[in-house]
Amino acid sequence: MSAATQPIGVKPTTAGTPWRERAEEALIPPFVALLVALICGDLLILSYGQSPAAVYRLLLEGTWGNAYGFGQVLYKATTLAFTGLAVSFGLRAGLFNIGGESQLAAGGFAAALTGLVLPAATPLALALPLCMLAAGLAGGVVGSVPAYLKTRFGAHEVIVTIMLNFIVLALLNWFIAGHLHVPETLHTPEIQAGVLPRLSDIDSRFHGSAANLALVVAVVVAVAVWFYLFRGRGGYELRAVGLQPDAAEYGGISVGRVWMRALTFSGVIAGIGGINYVLGYKHYYEDGFASGAGFLGIAVALVGRNHPFGVLLAAFFFATLSQGGLAIHAFVPKQMMDVLQGVVIIAVAMSVPEVTRILRSARRRSDA
Amino acid sequence: MNPISFLTQMIRIAIPYLFAASGGVVAERSGIVSLTLEGFMLSGAFAAVLGTNYSGSPWVGVLCGMVGGLIFALIHAVATIRYRADQVVVGVAINLLAIGVTRFFLKLFFASSSNSPRITGFGGNINAAGFDNPLLWMGIVVAPLVAFVVYKTPFGLRVRAAGEHPDAAESVGVSVKRVRYAAVAISGILAALGGVYLALDQHQFTDQMTAGRGFIAISAVIFGRWDPIRAALACLLFAAAETLQIQLQGSHAIPSQFIEMIPYALTIIALAGVVGRAVPPAALGRAQG
Amino acid sequence: MREAGGGRREAGERSEDLDSVGSSAVAPPASRLPPPAIRMDGIAKTFGDCVALRGASLEVTPGEIHALVGENGAGKSTLMKVLGGLIKPDAGRVEIDGRDVTGWSTSDAISTGIGIVHQHFMLVPTLSVAENLVLGCEPKKRGVVLDEEQAAEDVRKLSRETGLVIEPERLISDLSVGEAQRVEILKVLFRGARILVLDEPTAVLSPPEVRELWTVLRRLREKGDTIVLITHRLDEVVELSDTITVMRAGKTVGRMKTSETNPADIARRMVGREVSLSSGKRVQPLARPMAAESNQGLTVQNLSVTGSRGNRVVDDVSFAVKPGEILGIAGVEGNGQTELIEAIAGLRSAASGRILIDGVEITRHNVASRHDAGLSHIPEDRHRRGLIMEYTVGDNLILGLQRFFSKNGVIDSDRVMENAMEEISSFDIRPPNPLLASRALSGGNQQKVVVAREMGRKFSILLASQPTRGVDVGAIEFIHQQLLDARAQGKAILLVSAELNEVLALSDRIAVMYRGKFAAVMPTADATEDLLGEYMIGTRKGNAA
Repeated sequence: MSAATQPIGVKPTTAGTPWRERAEEALIPPFVALLVALICGDLLILSYGQSPAAVYRLLLEGTWGNAYGFGQVLYKATTLAFTGLAVSFGLRAGLFNIGGESQLAAGGFAAALTGLVLPAATPLALALPLCMLAAGLAGGVVGSVPAYLKTRFGAHEVIVTIMLNFIVLALLNWFIAGHLHVPETLHTPEIQAGVLPRLSDIDSRFHGSAANLALVVAVVVAVAVWFYLFRGRGGYELRAVGLQPDAAEYGGISVGRVWMRALTFSGVIAGIGGINYVLGYKHYYEDGFASGAGFLGIAVALVGRNHPFGVLLAAFFFATLSQGGLAIHAFVPKQMMDVLQGVVIIAVAMSVPEVTRILRSARRRSDA
Repeated sequence: MNPISFLTQMIRIAIPYLFAASGGVVAERSGIVSLTLEGFMLSGAFAAVLGTNYSGSPWVGVLCGMVGGLIFALIHAVATIRYRADQVVVGVAINLLAIGVTRFFLKLFFASSSNSPRITGFGGNINAAGFDNPLLWMGIVVAPLVAFVVYKTPFGLRVRAAGEHPDAAESVGVSVKRVRYAAVAISGILAALGGVYLALDQHQFTDQMTAGRGFIAISAVIFGRWDPIRAALACLLFAAAETLQIQLQGSHAIPSQFIEMIPYALTIIALAGVVGRAVPPAALGRAQG
Repeated sequence: MREAGGGRREAGERSEDLDSVGSSAVAPPASRLPPPAIRMDGIAKTFGDCVALRGASLEVTPGEIHALVGENGAGKSTLMKVLGGLIKPDAGRVEIDGRDVTGWSTSDAISTGIGIVHQHFMLVPTLSVAENLVLGCEPKKRGVVLDEEQAAEDVRKLSRETGLVIEPERLISDLSVGEAQRVEILKVLFRGARILVLDEPTAVLSPPEVRELWTVLRRLREKGDTIVLITHRLDEVVELSDTITVMRAGKTVGRMKTSETNPADIARRMVGREVSLSSGKRVQPLARPMAAESNQGLTVQNLSVTGSRGNRVVDDVSFAVKPGEILGIAGVEGNGQTELIEAIAGLRSAASGRILIDGVEITRHNVASRHDAGLSHIPEDRHRRGLIMEYTVGDNLILGLQRFFSKNGVIDSDRVMENAMEEISSFDIRPPNPLLASRALSGGNQQKVVVAREMGRKFSILLASQPTRGVDVGAIEFIHQQLLDARAQGKAILLVSAELNEVLALSDRIAVMYRGKFAAVMPTADATEDLLGEYMIGTRKGNAA
C-alpha cells in the first residue's frame, strides 16, 4: 500500500523487550505473601513454645525430604492443580468460578460410574480417556449453568456457582445415600476399569503415597491450557474479553460466547480433576472427597497469578503446606497450616493492586 | 405435627440466619461483597465459647463473640477498602482463615481437633421452648432494627448512597471509605452474634459448626433483594423448609437433600430474574477512589 | 511515554495563542478592586500517562457569569474538579476571594460556598429528591433519626426561594433530565453555594428547558452569586456570559469579555491547531469519476439512535459516501457523532433506519459480519476500544483479524510477527518492537498501530473517528496521507473530526452535525471555516438532505 511511498523507519527489533516489567508485576506479590506467611508461621510456632527453625526443618523433611511425604505432596498438588487451572481459566476471561468443589465432585462421580460400568478387562488406554470424557462432561454440565445464566440473564457467576455447589453436592449425596452406596459407607462400589497406576508402582520408595498417573494428566492439562490461552485463537479472544471487553467487542469478538466457553471449560477442567481421587487413589467415589478443593483452587490460581505453570507451582506450594502440617503435628498442630493458607491468600490479594500501583508509578517517575 | 412447635422450632432455627443476613444487608448495601458471613459467624461462635468457658458467664461470651466477629470484619475491611483487594477473593480467604484460626485455637486452648468442652448457655427451661434465651429475642428484633437504621437514620442514608453511587456521596463530602468500614464492622458483629447464638444453644463449639449457614444468610440477602425485612422473611422461609425437613424425617416424603437445596435454588432463580429482578446495589464489589 | 511532547508543540505555536491574560479592557488599579471570586494559576495535573492540565489558569470576577469553553479533553472539567476539591493539583495555585485554598477537600470547598453541578449528575438514582438534597448534612430529630419531614420542608422552602420547583418525595430515577438538573442545582444552593459551577448543563436539555435554566441563572446572578458555565455551545456563551475563558489541550489560551468578541473568533481559538500542515490545503478532486453504481459505498437511511437518557442523539440522519470519496463530519463533540459512528460500526443498536454497504443491508448485523462486508473502523477512543493495552503491539495488530492469522485454531506466530514487522516499518511505529506491551507506547504511536491495522485489512468503507486526536504533528501528516491514499484507491471514507482544519483539508464533502441532525451538507469547495463554524455552534440553521 503505502510502503513504497514512505521511507522505512527504524528497523523493527525485539531487543530490549521489557519482560522484566511483566515478571516483576507477576512475581512480587507471591513473594510478599510468602514472606508474610513465614512471619505468621513464626508467630504461631512460637506461641506453641517451639523453635521456628526446628519446625520448618521438620516440615521440609516430612514433605520433600522423604519419598512418602513427597509422594503425598504430589498427590495433593494434583487435585489442587486441576481446580486451580479451572479457576484461573475462568479468571482469564474475567469470570469467577467458585464452583470447583461441585464440578470436581461431579467429575469424580461420573468417572466412578464409568469405571463401574466398563468391563474389568478394559485396557487403561481405553478406560482412562472414557473416564476422563465422562468426568469432563459432568464438570462441564455443571459449569455451563452459571455460564448460561450469566450470558442470558446477566446473573453474577460468583453467587450462582456458590449456590450451585450446595445444590450439586446435595444431589450427589442423595444419589449415593439413596442408591449407590456400599452399606455402612458413603462411597460407591470399587471400580473395575480405569484404575490408575501409582507412582509407587514405578518406584517402590514411594510406597504408601497416593501419587498416581493423574499427576501426569494434570501436567498435560496445564500444558494444554497454556497452549490454548497463549497460542490458540480461542485463547487470544478469551484473554481479550478478560482484559478489555469493550475492545474485544469492537474487534468483533462475541463476548457472550466467550463467557459461555470459558465457564463451561472451567467446569470441564475441574471435573477431570476428579480422577485423581477416584481412579488413582481410592478407586471409588466417596461423598465429601472434594471438600475444600474449590476454595483452595482460588488460592492456587491467585498465587499462581492465573498462569498455568504458576498454578502448578502454587498447587505444589499449598500441597506442601498441607502435607507439612501432618509432618509437624507432634510439635505444632496441623491446624496452623489452615491459618497460614488463609493468611497467604489475603496477603497476595492485598499486595496485587498495591504492588502494581507502586511499580507503575515508580516506572513513570523514572521515565519522566 | 403441631403448629406451635413447628413455629417455635422454625424461629429458633432462623435466629442465626436473621443475625447474619441483617449484617449482610448493611455491608452489601454499602457496596462491600459479604461472602464472609460464614467466617464471621464461626469466629463469633468460637470466641463466645472461649469467653464463656473462662468466665462462666454467657454474657461475657456474647461480648467476646462480638469482638471475634469484629476482628475478622476489620481484616476484611482493611484488605478490601484500604488495599483494594478483590472482595470475592478476600471473602473466600476470610472464611478459610476463620476455619483455620478457630481450629488452631481449639487445639491450643482445648486440646481438641473437634470440639470444645461444654459451656453454659442461656435459658434452659424446657417449657419455654427457647424463648427464655435473650439472644433469641435479640435475633427477632435485629431485622426491624437494621431496617430502621438503613431507612430512617442519616448513617443508613449514607450507606445506601455509598452502595448505589459512591461518587455522588463523595461529591457532598461523605467519606465512602468510612461508611464502608462502619458497615462491614456492623456486619461482623451481627453475623458473629448469629454464631454466638448457635454455640450457646448447642453449649459447645464444634469444628466448622456453622456448616454453611453463612451462605444461606447471603442467599436470604439476595432473595430478599437487599432489603432487611424481605431478607428476614427469606430467612424465615428457609428456616421453615429446614424445620419441615426435620419434622418429616423418616417419612421419606421428600428426601432431605432436596429440602436442603431450597434456599440455594431460590437464590439462583431470583438472580435469573424469574421472580422479579434481584438487582444488587449498583456499586457492589467495586473499589472506591 | 507522555502525550505529544510539550516541547515540540511550543516550537510551532502561532503568536496569537497567548496564555497570558492579555485582554484589552483597561482595568482599574488592582488595589481598589475586590479580589477575584476565583483565581487559578498554573494548574497542572497528570493521570497516569495522560496530561490533563498543563499550566491552566482562570480568573472570575465576583457576581458575573463566566463561560469556560473548549473542546472535549481540553481540561475544563478537570480544572473544575480541582476547584471543587475532588482532585488535588500537581502544581499551581487556587485562590477564593483572595484566600489560598490550593489542594483543599470537597468538604472545605462546600463549606466555603463552592457548588459544582456536574455534567454526569451526582445523584443517587434510588433515593428521593429530599434524600439526595440532605445527604451529608442530614437534619436529625432526637439525635439519631433522620428527619424526613424537615428534609422535605427544606426542599420546598428552597424551591419557593429559587423558583426551581420539584416534589421532595420523587425518586431521582423517575425524573426527567431537566428535573434532575434542578435537583443538582438545589443541592448546591442548599449547602450555601455562592459560586456555582455548571458543567455542560444544556448538553441534554430541550430548548424550553434551556430557557428555564437561563432564567434561573440570571436570577442567581442578580442575587449576587458567581457562576462559571462550562460549555461548548457557543450560542449560549454569547447569550448569557459576561466573560469567556478558552481552554485547549490542558492550557488556557484566551480570556476576553463577551462583548468584545464573536462566535467565530471563539470557535477558532477553541478548535484550531497551532501548526497545521494542512491549513489552507484542500483535497484535489479525483481525476477519475466516482463509481457510477449507485449502491456502492456506504448508505445510511433515516438512522436514529437513542441515548442513555431516552432522547434521540442521532435524529433521522440520511447520507451516502461513495467509493473514492471522503465525507467529513464536522461539529463540536457531543452532537451525536460518536453515536452515529458506533451505530454504523455495530457497537450500538439503531432505534430505526437502515445501513447498507455496497447495497447490502447490515443494520442488524454484528461487528464481525460488518467487517466481512468490508467495514473498517478507527475508533475515537483507542484506550477503551481500539487497543488492548496489555497485549503486545503485534497482538493488537491482529485484533479482529485473528482468524486470518490462525490455522486449525492455532495462531501462527510467525505470520503475526511478519505482519507486525511490516506494519511497524511502514507506519514508523516507535519503539519498533512488536513484543512491547501497547500501553508503553506514546499516544501517537498507539494510534498508528490502530490505523495500521484498520487500513491494512481488506475494506471498502472506512470509519475514521478523531483519527489524529492526541497524536504528534509528524504522525498527523502521515495518517492524513494514509487516508488520502485510501481515497485514491477507491475506498469510501467517513471522517469524523472535531478539528475543523482536518475536515477541510481531507474531505470532498462536509456535513455539519448539530444536535443529532446534519445541519448542512456541502462540497468542500463551498465551505469556509466561518461558515462551518456558524453551523457548528447553531447560529445558522440549515436544511440538510
